[in-house]
Amino acid sequence: MSAFLTALFTGLRLGSIYALVALGYTMVYGIIKLINFAHGDFIMVGGYSLFFVVPIVQRMGMPGWLAVIVAVVICSVIGMATELIAYRPVRKKGTNMTALITAISVSLVLENLAQAIPAMGPNPRVVNSIFGNEGISIAGASLSYVTIITIVVSAVVMVLLFTFTQKSKTGRAMRAVSEDKQAATLMGINVNRTIITTFGIGAGLAGVAALMYLAQYPSVTNTMGSTLGLYAFIAAVLGGIGSLPGAMLGGFVIGIVYSFSSAYISSSLASAFVFLILIIVLLVKPTGILGKNVGEKV
Amino acid sequence: MSERKPVLKTERLGITFGGLRAVYDFNIEIYEGELVGLIGPNGAGKTTVFNLLTGVYQPTEGEIYLDGEKMNGKKTHQFVAAGIARTFQNIRLFHQMSVIDNVKVAFGKDIKYRMGAAFFRTPSYWKTEKEITEKAMNLLSIFHLENKANYLASALPYGEQRKLEIARALATDMKVLLLDEPAAGMNPTETAELLECINIIRDRFGVAILLIEHDMSLVMNICERIQVISFGQTIARGLPEEIANNPEVIEAYLGK
Repeated sequence: MSAFLTALFTGLRLGSIYALVALGYTMVYGIIKLINFAHGDFIMVGGYSLFFVVPIVQRMGMPGWLAVIVAVVICSVIGMATELIAYRPVRKKGTNMTALITAISVSLVLENLAQAIPAMGPNPRVVNSIFGNEGISIAGASLSYVTIITIVVSAVVMVLLFTFTQKSKTGRAMRAVSEDKQAATLMGINVNRTIITTFGIGAGLAGVAALMYLAQYPSVTNTMGSTLGLYAFIAAVLGGIGSLPGAMLGGFVIGIVYSFSSAYISSSLASAFVFLILIIVLLVKPTGILGKNVGEKV
Repeated sequence: MSERKPVLKTERLGITFGGLRAVYDFNIEIYEGELVGLIGPNGAGKTTVFNLLTGVYQPTEGEIYLDGEKMNGKKTHQFVAAGIARTFQNIRLFHQMSVIDNVKVAFGKDIKYRMGAAFFRTPSYWKTEKEITEKAMNLLSIFHLENKANYLASALPYGEQRKLEIARALATDMKVLLLDEPAAGMNPTETAELLECINIIRDRFGVAILLIEHDMSLVMNICERIQVISFGQTIARGLPEEIANNPEVIEAYLGK
Protein backbone atom coordinates (compact mmCIF):
# COMPACT_ATOMS: atom_id res chain seq x y z
CA MET A 1 0.00 0.00 0.00
CA SER A 2 2.71 2.46 0.93
CA ALA A 3 4.63 1.68 -2.26
CA PHE A 4 1.46 2.24 -4.25
CA LEU A 5 0.77 5.56 -2.58
CA THR A 6 4.36 6.71 -3.02
CA ALA A 7 4.18 5.89 -6.72
CA LEU A 8 0.85 7.67 -6.98
CA PHE A 9 2.15 10.82 -5.29
CA THR A 10 5.27 10.85 -7.45
CA GLY A 11 3.13 10.30 -10.54
CA LEU A 12 0.83 13.17 -9.67
CA ARG A 13 3.77 15.45 -8.96
CA LEU A 14 5.53 14.59 -12.22
CA GLY A 15 2.21 14.72 -14.01
CA SER A 16 1.45 18.25 -12.86
CA ILE A 17 4.85 19.42 -14.09
CA TYR A 18 4.38 17.73 -17.46
CA ALA A 19 0.89 19.16 -17.67
CA LEU A 20 2.11 22.73 -17.11
CA VAL A 21 4.69 22.35 -19.85
CA ALA A 22 2.29 20.51 -22.15
CA LEU A 23 -0.12 23.43 -21.89
CA GLY A 24 2.52 25.64 -23.47
CA TYR A 25 2.98 23.24 -26.39
CA THR A 26 -0.71 22.87 -26.92
CA MET A 27 -1.55 26.58 -26.72
CA VAL A 28 1.04 27.52 -29.30
CA TYR A 29 0.05 24.62 -31.52
CA GLY A 30 -3.61 25.53 -31.17
CA ILE A 31 -3.06 29.08 -32.33
CA ILE A 32 -0.45 28.80 -35.10
CA LYS A 33 -0.18 25.05 -35.74
CA LEU A 34 3.48 25.10 -34.80
CA ILE A 35 5.15 22.53 -32.60
CA ASN A 36 7.41 24.84 -30.68
CA PHE A 37 10.40 22.60 -30.05
CA ALA A 38 12.05 25.42 -28.14
CA HIS A 39 9.31 25.28 -25.53
CA GLY A 40 11.19 22.75 -23.39
CA ASP A 41 14.13 25.11 -23.29
CA PHE A 42 11.98 27.77 -21.70
CA ILE A 43 12.06 25.52 -18.62
CA MET A 44 15.85 25.75 -18.75
CA VAL A 45 15.56 29.54 -18.99
CA GLY A 46 13.29 29.43 -15.94
CA GLY A 47 15.74 27.10 -14.21
CA TYR A 48 18.71 29.42 -14.61
CA SER A 49 16.57 32.41 -13.61
CA LEU A 50 15.75 30.62 -10.38
CA PHE A 51 19.38 29.59 -9.90
CA PHE A 52 20.38 33.26 -9.92
CA VAL A 53 17.37 34.83 -8.25
CA VAL A 54 16.53 32.38 -5.44
CA PRO A 55 19.72 33.19 -3.44
CA ILE A 56 19.09 36.92 -3.85
CA VAL A 57 15.52 36.63 -2.66
CA GLN A 58 16.55 34.44 0.27
CA ARG A 59 19.31 36.86 1.25
CA MET A 60 16.67 39.56 1.37
CA GLY A 61 14.91 37.44 3.96
CA MET A 62 11.99 36.44 1.77
CA PRO A 63 10.92 32.89 0.89
CA GLY A 64 12.85 31.51 -2.11
CA TRP A 65 9.78 30.57 -4.12
CA LEU A 66 9.03 34.27 -4.67
CA ALA A 67 11.79 34.09 -7.27
CA VAL A 68 9.26 32.34 -9.48
CA ILE A 69 7.76 35.74 -10.30
CA VAL A 70 11.05 36.81 -11.85
CA ALA A 71 11.41 33.44 -13.58
CA VAL A 72 7.92 33.68 -15.09
CA VAL A 73 8.61 37.21 -16.35
CA ILE A 74 11.95 36.21 -17.89
CA CYS A 75 10.45 33.12 -19.51
CA SER A 76 7.57 35.15 -20.93
CA VAL A 77 9.91 37.75 -22.34
CA ILE A 78 12.11 35.09 -23.93
CA GLY A 79 9.03 33.32 -25.27
CA MET A 80 7.66 36.51 -26.82
CA ALA A 81 11.07 37.46 -28.18
CA THR A 82 11.31 34.05 -29.85
CA GLU A 83 8.00 34.60 -31.57
CA LEU A 84 8.93 38.12 -32.60
CA ILE A 85 12.45 37.44 -33.83
CA ALA A 86 12.31 33.86 -35.09
CA TYR A 87 8.79 32.68 -35.82
CA ARG A 88 6.91 35.72 -37.06
CA PRO A 89 9.20 36.51 -40.00
CA VAL A 90 9.28 32.84 -40.98
CA ARG A 91 5.51 32.51 -40.72
CA LYS A 92 5.07 35.37 -43.17
CA LYS A 93 7.40 33.97 -45.77
CA GLY A 94 7.64 30.22 -45.28
CA THR A 95 5.57 27.12 -44.70
CA ASN A 96 4.78 25.10 -41.59
CA MET A 97 7.88 23.05 -42.25
CA THR A 98 10.11 26.13 -42.27
CA ALA A 99 8.62 27.16 -38.96
CA LEU A 100 9.22 23.70 -37.50
CA ILE A 101 12.88 23.76 -38.49
CA THR A 102 13.16 27.26 -37.06
CA ALA A 103 11.77 25.92 -33.79
CA ILE A 104 14.46 23.24 -33.67
CA SER A 105 17.14 25.84 -34.35
CA VAL A 106 15.80 28.14 -31.64
CA SER A 107 16.02 25.21 -29.24
CA LEU A 108 19.65 24.58 -30.22
CA VAL A 109 20.51 28.27 -29.96
CA LEU A 110 19.06 28.54 -26.46
CA GLU A 111 20.81 25.40 -25.22
CA ASN A 112 24.17 26.33 -26.67
CA LEU A 113 23.88 29.92 -25.57
CA ALA A 114 23.42 28.73 -22.00
CA GLN A 115 26.46 26.50 -22.39
CA ALA A 116 28.56 29.35 -23.76
CA ILE A 117 27.72 31.86 -21.04
CA PRO A 118 30.30 31.27 -18.27
CA ALA A 119 27.88 31.94 -15.41
CA MET A 120 25.77 29.01 -16.63
CA GLY A 121 28.07 26.69 -18.54
CA PRO A 122 27.86 23.00 -19.31
CA ASN A 123 28.08 21.74 -15.71
CA PRO A 124 25.00 21.27 -13.53
CA ARG A 125 24.29 24.20 -11.22
CA VAL A 126 22.70 23.46 -7.88
CA VAL A 127 19.79 25.64 -6.86
CA ASN A 128 19.27 26.53 -3.18
CA SER A 129 16.60 24.47 -1.49
CA ILE A 130 13.25 26.14 -2.12
CA PHE A 131 10.64 24.43 0.02
CA GLY A 132 12.72 22.18 2.32
CA ASN A 133 12.25 18.44 2.65
CA GLU A 134 9.51 18.19 5.25
CA GLY A 135 6.31 16.41 4.63
CA ILE A 136 3.55 14.32 6.12
CA SER A 137 3.04 10.61 6.20
CA ILE A 138 -0.07 8.89 4.87
CA ALA A 139 -0.50 5.14 5.48
CA GLY A 140 3.25 4.68 5.63
CA ALA A 141 3.94 6.62 2.47
CA SER A 142 5.63 9.97 2.84
CA LEU A 143 4.05 12.89 1.10
CA SER A 144 6.37 15.86 0.93
CA TYR A 145 5.16 19.44 1.02
CA VAL A 146 6.89 19.91 -2.31
CA THR A 147 4.58 17.34 -3.83
CA ILE A 148 1.49 18.87 -2.28
CA ILE A 149 2.47 22.37 -3.37
CA THR A 150 3.31 21.20 -6.88
CA ILE A 151 -0.02 19.49 -7.35
CA VAL A 152 -2.06 22.31 -5.82
CA VAL A 153 -0.25 25.09 -7.69
CA SER A 154 -0.57 23.28 -11.02
CA ALA A 155 -4.23 22.62 -10.44
CA VAL A 156 -4.87 26.28 -9.60
CA VAL A 157 -2.87 27.49 -12.60
CA MET A 158 -4.74 25.14 -14.91
CA VAL A 159 -8.15 26.24 -13.65
CA LEU A 160 -7.16 29.91 -13.99
CA LEU A 161 -5.84 29.33 -17.48
CA PHE A 162 -8.87 27.38 -18.60
CA THR A 163 -11.35 29.98 -17.37
CA PHE A 164 -9.12 32.64 -18.88
CA THR A 165 -9.35 31.11 -22.34
CA GLN A 166 -13.08 30.51 -22.00
CA LYS A 167 -14.24 33.73 -20.40
CA SER A 168 -12.01 36.66 -21.16
CA LYS A 169 -11.37 39.03 -24.00
CA THR A 170 -7.90 37.68 -24.76
CA GLY A 171 -9.06 34.10 -24.29
CA ARG A 172 -11.88 34.51 -26.78
CA ALA A 173 -9.51 36.22 -29.18
CA MET A 174 -7.11 33.29 -28.84
CA ARG A 175 -9.81 30.78 -29.66
CA ALA A 176 -11.02 32.88 -32.59
CA VAL A 177 -7.50 33.25 -34.01
CA SER A 178 -6.90 29.53 -33.68
CA GLU A 179 -9.99 28.82 -35.77
CA ASP A 180 -9.76 31.41 -38.51
CA LYS A 181 -7.12 34.13 -38.49
CA GLN A 182 -8.61 36.16 -41.30
CA ALA A 183 -12.11 36.16 -39.89
CA ALA A 184 -10.61 37.05 -36.51
CA THR A 185 -8.78 40.08 -37.86
CA LEU A 186 -12.02 41.16 -39.54
CA MET A 187 -13.66 41.14 -36.12
CA GLY A 188 -11.12 43.71 -34.98
CA ILE A 189 -8.75 41.25 -33.31
CA ASN A 190 -5.07 42.09 -33.49
CA VAL A 191 -3.88 38.65 -34.55
CA ASN A 192 -0.16 39.23 -34.05
CA ARG A 193 -0.69 40.57 -30.56
CA THR A 194 -2.88 37.59 -29.70
CA ILE A 195 -0.21 35.18 -30.93
CA ILE A 196 2.58 36.86 -29.00
CA THR A 197 0.41 36.87 -25.86
CA THR A 198 -0.07 33.14 -26.27
CA PHE A 199 3.69 32.68 -26.43
CA GLY A 200 4.09 34.83 -23.33
CA ILE A 201 1.56 32.83 -21.32
CA GLY A 202 2.87 29.45 -22.51
CA ALA A 203 6.47 30.33 -21.69
CA GLY A 204 5.40 31.77 -18.33
CA LEU A 205 3.87 28.40 -17.47
CA ALA A 206 7.24 26.82 -18.24
CA GLY A 207 8.70 29.19 -15.63
CA VAL A 208 6.24 27.85 -13.04
CA ALA A 209 7.10 24.30 -14.11
CA ALA A 210 10.79 25.08 -13.61
CA LEU A 211 10.12 26.02 -9.99
CA MET A 212 8.16 22.82 -9.39
CA TYR A 213 10.83 20.70 -11.01
CA LEU A 214 13.75 22.32 -9.19
CA ALA A 215 11.95 22.11 -5.84
CA GLN A 216 12.36 18.33 -6.20
CA TYR A 217 15.52 17.98 -8.31
CA PRO A 218 17.57 21.12 -7.55
CA SER A 219 20.00 20.90 -10.42
CA VAL A 220 19.98 23.06 -13.56
CA THR A 221 21.69 22.07 -16.80
CA ASN A 222 21.53 23.62 -20.22
CA THR A 223 19.82 20.50 -21.61
CA MET A 224 17.32 19.96 -18.80
CA GLY A 225 14.55 21.23 -21.05
CA SER A 226 14.99 18.72 -23.81
CA THR A 227 14.01 15.60 -21.85
CA LEU A 228 11.36 17.32 -19.81
CA GLY A 229 10.10 19.03 -22.96
CA LEU A 230 9.92 15.72 -24.80
CA TYR A 231 7.74 14.11 -22.12
CA ALA A 232 5.53 17.17 -22.03
CA PHE A 233 5.24 17.13 -25.81
CA ILE A 234 4.18 13.47 -25.65
CA ALA A 235 1.66 14.46 -22.99
CA ALA A 236 0.24 17.13 -25.29
CA VAL A 237 -0.02 14.71 -28.23
CA LEU A 238 -1.47 11.99 -26.01
CA GLY A 239 -4.19 14.28 -24.69
CA GLY A 240 -4.89 15.70 -28.14
CA ILE A 241 -2.66 18.55 -29.18
CA GLY A 242 -4.49 21.86 -29.33
CA SER A 243 -6.80 20.93 -26.45
CA LEU A 244 -6.12 22.44 -23.02
CA PRO A 245 -7.93 19.77 -20.97
CA GLY A 246 -6.15 17.24 -23.19
CA ALA A 247 -2.74 18.61 -22.22
CA MET A 248 -3.64 18.44 -18.54
CA LEU A 249 -4.97 14.89 -18.83
CA GLY A 250 -2.01 13.82 -20.97
CA GLY A 251 0.42 15.27 -18.43
CA PHE A 252 -1.09 13.30 -15.57
CA VAL A 253 -1.30 10.09 -17.60
CA ILE A 254 2.38 10.34 -18.56
CA GLY A 255 3.41 11.19 -14.98
CA ILE A 256 1.49 8.26 -13.51
CA VAL A 257 2.59 5.75 -16.17
CA TYR A 258 6.18 6.84 -15.66
CA SER A 259 6.09 6.59 -11.89
CA PHE A 260 4.20 3.30 -11.71
CA SER A 261 6.31 1.58 -14.31
CA SER A 262 9.49 2.65 -12.54
CA ALA A 263 8.10 1.55 -9.17
CA TYR A 264 6.64 -1.80 -10.21
CA ILE A 265 8.45 -2.86 -13.36
CA SER A 266 11.81 -1.29 -13.94
CA SER A 267 13.01 2.25 -13.54
CA SER A 268 15.21 1.94 -16.61
CA LEU A 269 12.22 0.88 -18.70
CA ALA A 270 9.92 3.66 -17.48
CA SER A 271 10.54 5.86 -20.52
CA ALA A 272 9.86 2.91 -22.80
CA PHE A 273 6.43 2.52 -21.22
CA VAL A 274 5.68 6.17 -21.76
CA PHE A 275 6.43 5.82 -25.45
CA LEU A 276 4.50 2.55 -25.61
CA ILE A 277 1.41 4.31 -24.27
CA LEU A 278 1.89 7.02 -26.86
CA ILE A 279 2.13 4.49 -29.69
CA ILE A 280 -0.98 2.63 -28.52
CA VAL A 281 -3.04 5.80 -28.20
CA LEU A 282 -1.93 7.07 -31.59
CA LEU A 283 -2.82 3.73 -33.18
CA VAL A 284 -6.26 3.66 -31.62
CA LYS A 285 -7.06 7.39 -31.72
CA PRO A 286 -4.57 9.40 -33.77
CA THR A 287 -6.01 12.73 -32.65
CA GLY A 288 -5.23 11.97 -29.00
CA ILE A 289 -7.56 11.21 -26.11
CA LEU A 290 -9.49 14.49 -26.17
CA GLY A 291 -8.45 15.63 -29.63
CA LYS A 292 -11.13 16.61 -32.03
CA ASN A 293 -11.49 14.56 -35.13
CA VAL A 294 -11.55 17.20 -37.79
CA GLY A 295 -12.87 15.45 -40.85
CA GLU A 296 -12.78 17.29 -44.13
CA LYS A 297 -16.30 18.04 -45.28
CA VAL A 298 -17.00 16.80 -48.75
CA MET B 1 -28.19 72.45 -43.37
CA SER B 2 -24.75 71.02 -43.12
CA GLU B 3 -23.37 69.11 -46.02
CA ARG B 4 -23.56 65.33 -45.62
CA LYS B 5 -20.26 63.60 -45.63
CA PRO B 6 -19.90 60.07 -46.95
CA VAL B 7 -18.95 57.48 -44.30
CA LEU B 8 -17.20 55.45 -46.94
CA LYS B 9 -15.59 56.89 -50.01
CA THR B 10 -13.11 55.56 -52.54
CA GLU B 11 -11.24 57.42 -55.21
CA ARG B 12 -9.96 55.63 -58.29
CA LEU B 13 -9.42 52.52 -56.20
CA GLY B 14 -7.71 49.63 -57.92
CA ILE B 15 -5.59 46.54 -57.47
CA THR B 16 -3.40 44.58 -59.84
CA PHE B 17 -2.43 40.96 -59.24
CA GLY B 18 0.62 40.28 -61.36
CA GLY B 19 -0.55 41.41 -64.78
CA LEU B 20 -4.25 41.21 -63.98
CA ARG B 21 -6.08 44.42 -63.16
CA ALA B 22 -8.74 42.84 -60.97
CA VAL B 23 -10.38 46.13 -60.04
CA TYR B 24 -9.66 49.60 -61.35
CA ASP B 25 -11.03 53.09 -61.21
CA PHE B 26 -13.55 52.10 -58.54
CA ASN B 27 -15.35 55.11 -57.10
CA ILE B 28 -18.10 54.88 -54.55
CA GLU B 29 -19.61 57.13 -51.91
CA ILE B 30 -21.89 55.79 -49.23
CA TYR B 31 -23.75 57.94 -46.72
CA GLU B 32 -25.03 57.13 -43.27
CA GLY B 33 -28.11 54.94 -43.26
CA GLU B 34 -27.85 54.24 -46.97
CA LEU B 35 -28.15 50.83 -48.57
CA VAL B 36 -26.14 50.47 -51.74
CA GLY B 37 -26.02 47.33 -53.87
CA LEU B 38 -22.90 46.15 -55.62
CA ILE B 39 -23.72 43.73 -58.40
CA GLY B 40 -21.99 42.21 -61.36
CA PRO B 41 -21.42 38.88 -63.08
CA ASN B 42 -19.31 36.19 -61.39
CA GLY B 43 -15.64 37.09 -61.33
CA ALA B 44 -16.34 40.78 -61.84
CA GLY B 45 -14.30 41.71 -58.75
CA LYS B 46 -17.03 42.33 -56.17
CA THR B 47 -15.42 40.35 -53.38
CA THR B 48 -12.06 41.89 -54.30
CA VAL B 49 -13.63 45.29 -53.66
CA PHE B 50 -14.71 44.05 -50.21
CA ASN B 51 -11.21 42.80 -49.54
CA LEU B 52 -9.83 46.20 -50.50
CA LEU B 53 -12.35 48.00 -48.31
CA THR B 54 -11.34 45.93 -45.27
CA GLY B 55 -7.58 46.07 -45.73
CA VAL B 56 -7.28 42.37 -46.58
CA TYR B 57 -5.70 43.48 -49.86
CA GLN B 58 -3.64 46.63 -50.14
CA PRO B 59 -4.74 48.71 -53.12
CA THR B 60 -2.14 49.30 -55.82
CA GLU B 61 -3.86 52.53 -56.81
CA GLY B 62 -6.40 54.97 -55.44
CA GLU B 63 -7.58 55.91 -51.97
CA ILE B 64 -10.04 54.69 -49.36
CA TYR B 65 -11.61 57.08 -46.87
CA LEU B 66 -13.57 55.91 -43.86
CA ASP B 67 -15.40 58.73 -42.12
CA GLY B 68 -13.01 61.16 -43.79
CA GLU B 69 -9.91 59.31 -42.60
CA LYS B 70 -7.55 57.90 -45.19
CA MET B 71 -7.23 54.15 -44.66
CA ASN B 72 -4.54 53.17 -47.18
CA GLY B 73 -1.78 51.08 -45.62
CA LYS B 74 -3.72 50.29 -42.45
CA LYS B 75 -4.10 46.75 -41.13
CA THR B 76 -7.42 44.94 -41.21
CA HIS B 77 -8.03 45.18 -37.48
CA GLN B 78 -7.48 48.93 -37.77
CA PHE B 79 -10.11 49.11 -40.52
CA VAL B 80 -12.47 47.34 -38.15
CA ALA B 81 -11.56 49.70 -35.32
CA ALA B 82 -12.27 52.63 -37.65
CA GLY B 83 -15.77 51.32 -38.23
CA ILE B 84 -16.06 48.83 -41.06
CA ALA B 85 -17.30 45.28 -40.72
CA ARG B 86 -18.23 42.50 -43.08
CA THR B 87 -19.79 39.12 -43.48
CA PHE B 88 -18.52 36.43 -45.80
CA GLN B 89 -19.80 34.82 -48.95
CA ASN B 90 -19.08 31.40 -47.44
CA ILE B 91 -19.95 31.51 -43.75
CA ARG B 92 -16.91 31.99 -41.56
CA LEU B 93 -18.15 31.82 -38.03
CA PHE B 94 -15.97 30.52 -35.23
CA HIS B 95 -17.65 27.14 -35.34
CA GLN B 96 -16.06 25.70 -32.22
CA MET B 97 -17.19 28.64 -30.12
CA SER B 98 -20.62 29.21 -28.65
CA VAL B 99 -23.10 31.51 -30.35
CA ILE B 100 -22.71 34.19 -27.70
CA ASP B 101 -18.90 33.96 -27.71
CA ASN B 102 -18.94 34.59 -31.45
CA VAL B 103 -20.61 37.90 -30.72
CA LYS B 104 -18.50 38.68 -27.65
CA VAL B 105 -15.28 38.19 -29.54
CA ALA B 106 -16.24 41.08 -31.78
CA PHE B 107 -16.84 43.37 -28.79
CA GLY B 108 -13.08 43.51 -28.30
CA LYS B 109 -12.69 47.26 -28.47
CA ASP B 110 -15.38 47.76 -25.81
CA ILE B 111 -13.45 45.71 -23.28
CA LYS B 112 -11.01 47.81 -21.38
CA TYR B 113 -9.86 45.52 -18.56
CA ARG B 114 -6.30 44.25 -18.69
CA MET B 115 -5.16 40.68 -19.02
CA GLY B 116 -4.13 40.45 -15.37
CA ALA B 117 -7.64 41.49 -14.38
CA ALA B 118 -9.01 38.57 -16.38
CA PHE B 119 -6.60 36.09 -14.79
CA PHE B 120 -7.37 37.16 -11.26
CA ARG B 121 -10.99 38.09 -11.91
CA THR B 122 -11.02 41.56 -10.44
CA PRO B 123 -14.28 43.52 -9.98
CA SER B 124 -13.63 45.45 -13.21
CA TYR B 125 -13.44 42.11 -15.02
CA TRP B 126 -16.79 40.94 -13.67
CA LYS B 127 -18.45 44.27 -14.36
CA THR B 128 -17.23 44.45 -17.96
CA GLU B 129 -18.06 40.82 -18.69
CA LYS B 130 -21.57 41.33 -17.34
CA GLU B 131 -22.09 44.37 -19.57
CA ILE B 132 -20.71 42.55 -22.58
CA THR B 133 -22.96 39.55 -21.94
CA GLU B 134 -26.00 41.84 -21.76
CA LYS B 135 -25.03 43.65 -24.95
CA ALA B 136 -24.44 40.37 -26.72
CA MET B 137 -27.83 39.01 -25.62
CA ASN B 138 -29.56 42.17 -26.82
CA LEU B 139 -27.92 41.81 -30.19
CA LEU B 140 -28.82 38.11 -30.39
CA SER B 141 -32.44 38.85 -29.51
CA ILE B 142 -32.77 41.12 -32.56
CA PHE B 143 -32.06 38.04 -34.64
CA HIS B 144 -34.15 35.74 -32.41
CA LEU B 145 -31.06 33.80 -31.40
CA GLU B 146 -31.16 34.56 -27.67
CA ASN B 147 -32.43 31.08 -26.79
CA LYS B 148 -29.53 29.47 -28.60
CA ALA B 149 -26.79 31.61 -27.04
CA ASN B 150 -24.97 28.64 -25.59
CA TYR B 151 -25.16 26.38 -28.63
CA LEU B 152 -22.00 25.84 -30.62
CA ALA B 153 -22.13 28.06 -33.69
CA SER B 154 -21.79 24.97 -35.90
CA ALA B 155 -25.01 23.55 -34.42
CA LEU B 156 -27.15 26.34 -35.88
CA PRO B 157 -29.08 25.78 -39.10
CA TYR B 158 -27.76 27.59 -42.16
CA GLY B 159 -30.09 30.57 -42.10
CA GLU B 160 -29.34 31.25 -38.46
CA GLN B 161 -25.61 30.99 -39.06
CA ARG B 162 -26.02 33.78 -41.62
CA LYS B 163 -27.89 35.85 -39.06
CA LEU B 164 -25.25 35.18 -36.42
CA GLU B 165 -22.60 36.37 -38.84
CA ILE B 166 -24.46 39.64 -39.24
CA ALA B 167 -24.92 39.92 -35.46
CA ARG B 168 -21.20 39.34 -34.98
CA ALA B 169 -20.36 42.02 -37.54
CA LEU B 170 -22.74 44.44 -35.77
CA ALA B 171 -20.95 43.82 -32.49
CA THR B 172 -17.84 45.50 -33.86
CA ASP B 173 -19.83 48.73 -33.59
CA MET B 174 -19.30 49.77 -37.17
CA LYS B 175 -20.49 52.59 -39.34
CA VAL B 176 -20.33 50.66 -42.59
CA LEU B 177 -21.45 47.08 -42.96
CA LEU B 178 -20.38 45.04 -45.97
CA LEU B 179 -22.63 42.08 -46.69
CA ASP B 180 -21.19 39.56 -49.11
CA GLU B 181 -24.03 37.57 -50.66
CA PRO B 182 -26.01 37.20 -47.46
CA ALA B 183 -28.86 35.41 -49.23
CA ALA B 184 -26.66 32.84 -50.95
CA GLY B 185 -28.02 29.37 -50.44
CA MET B 186 -31.12 30.57 -48.63
CA ASN B 187 -34.65 29.42 -49.34
CA PRO B 188 -37.35 32.07 -50.00
CA THR B 189 -38.54 32.07 -46.35
CA GLU B 190 -35.02 32.58 -45.08
CA THR B 191 -34.42 35.32 -47.64
CA ALA B 192 -37.57 37.09 -46.50
CA GLU B 193 -36.39 36.89 -42.89
CA LEU B 194 -33.02 38.23 -43.93
CA LEU B 195 -34.66 41.16 -45.65
CA GLU B 196 -36.46 41.93 -42.44
CA CYS B 197 -33.17 41.73 -40.52
CA ILE B 198 -31.43 44.13 -42.87
CA ASN B 199 -34.25 46.63 -42.47
CA ILE B 200 -34.06 46.32 -38.68
CA ILE B 201 -30.31 46.92 -38.78
CA ARG B 202 -30.75 50.05 -40.83
CA ASP B 203 -33.52 51.44 -38.70
CA ARG B 204 -31.94 50.63 -35.36
CA PHE B 205 -28.29 51.18 -35.97
CA GLY B 206 -28.38 53.79 -38.72
CA VAL B 207 -25.43 52.15 -40.43
CA ALA B 208 -24.52 52.34 -44.07
CA ILE B 209 -24.70 49.02 -45.87
CA LEU B 210 -22.95 47.90 -49.01
CA LEU B 211 -24.49 44.71 -50.29
CA ILE B 212 -23.20 42.19 -52.78
CA GLU B 213 -26.00 39.96 -53.92
CA HIS B 214 -27.05 37.81 -56.83
CA ASP B 215 -30.68 37.59 -55.80
CA MET B 216 -31.96 40.38 -58.05
CA SER B 217 -35.39 40.59 -56.45
CA LEU B 218 -33.67 41.23 -53.11
CA VAL B 219 -31.32 43.84 -54.55
CA MET B 220 -34.02 45.68 -56.49
CA ASN B 221 -36.27 45.55 -53.47
CA ILE B 222 -34.08 47.08 -50.80
CA CYS B 223 -31.19 48.97 -52.37
CA GLU B 224 -31.50 52.70 -52.79
CA ARG B 225 -28.69 52.86 -55.28
CA ILE B 226 -26.90 50.21 -57.26
CA GLN B 227 -23.45 50.09 -58.74
CA VAL B 228 -22.63 47.48 -61.36
CA ILE B 229 -19.14 46.23 -62.10
CA SER B 230 -17.92 43.93 -64.82
CA PHE B 231 -14.33 42.82 -65.39
CA GLY B 232 -13.20 45.09 -62.56
CA GLN B 233 -14.74 48.21 -64.02
CA THR B 234 -17.84 50.15 -63.05
CA ILE B 235 -20.24 49.98 -65.97
CA ALA B 236 -23.29 51.57 -64.41
CA ARG B 237 -24.56 53.25 -61.30
CA GLY B 238 -27.95 54.58 -60.39
CA LEU B 239 -31.41 53.86 -59.06
CA PRO B 240 -32.67 50.26 -59.20
CA GLU B 241 -35.10 50.91 -62.07
CA GLU B 242 -32.39 52.65 -64.12
CA ILE B 243 -30.07 49.70 -63.61
CA ALA B 244 -32.75 47.15 -64.51
CA ASN B 245 -33.22 48.81 -67.90
CA ASN B 246 -29.58 49.65 -68.61
CA PRO B 247 -28.54 47.91 -71.86
CA GLU B 248 -24.89 47.65 -70.80
CA VAL B 249 -25.87 45.85 -67.59
CA ILE B 250 -28.14 43.47 -69.42
CA GLU B 251 -25.34 42.78 -71.87
CA ALA B 252 -22.83 42.10 -69.08
CA TYR B 253 -25.16 39.59 -67.48
CA LEU B 254 -26.61 37.93 -70.54
CA GLY B 255 -24.09 38.59 -73.31
CA LYS B 256 -24.83 40.23 -76.64
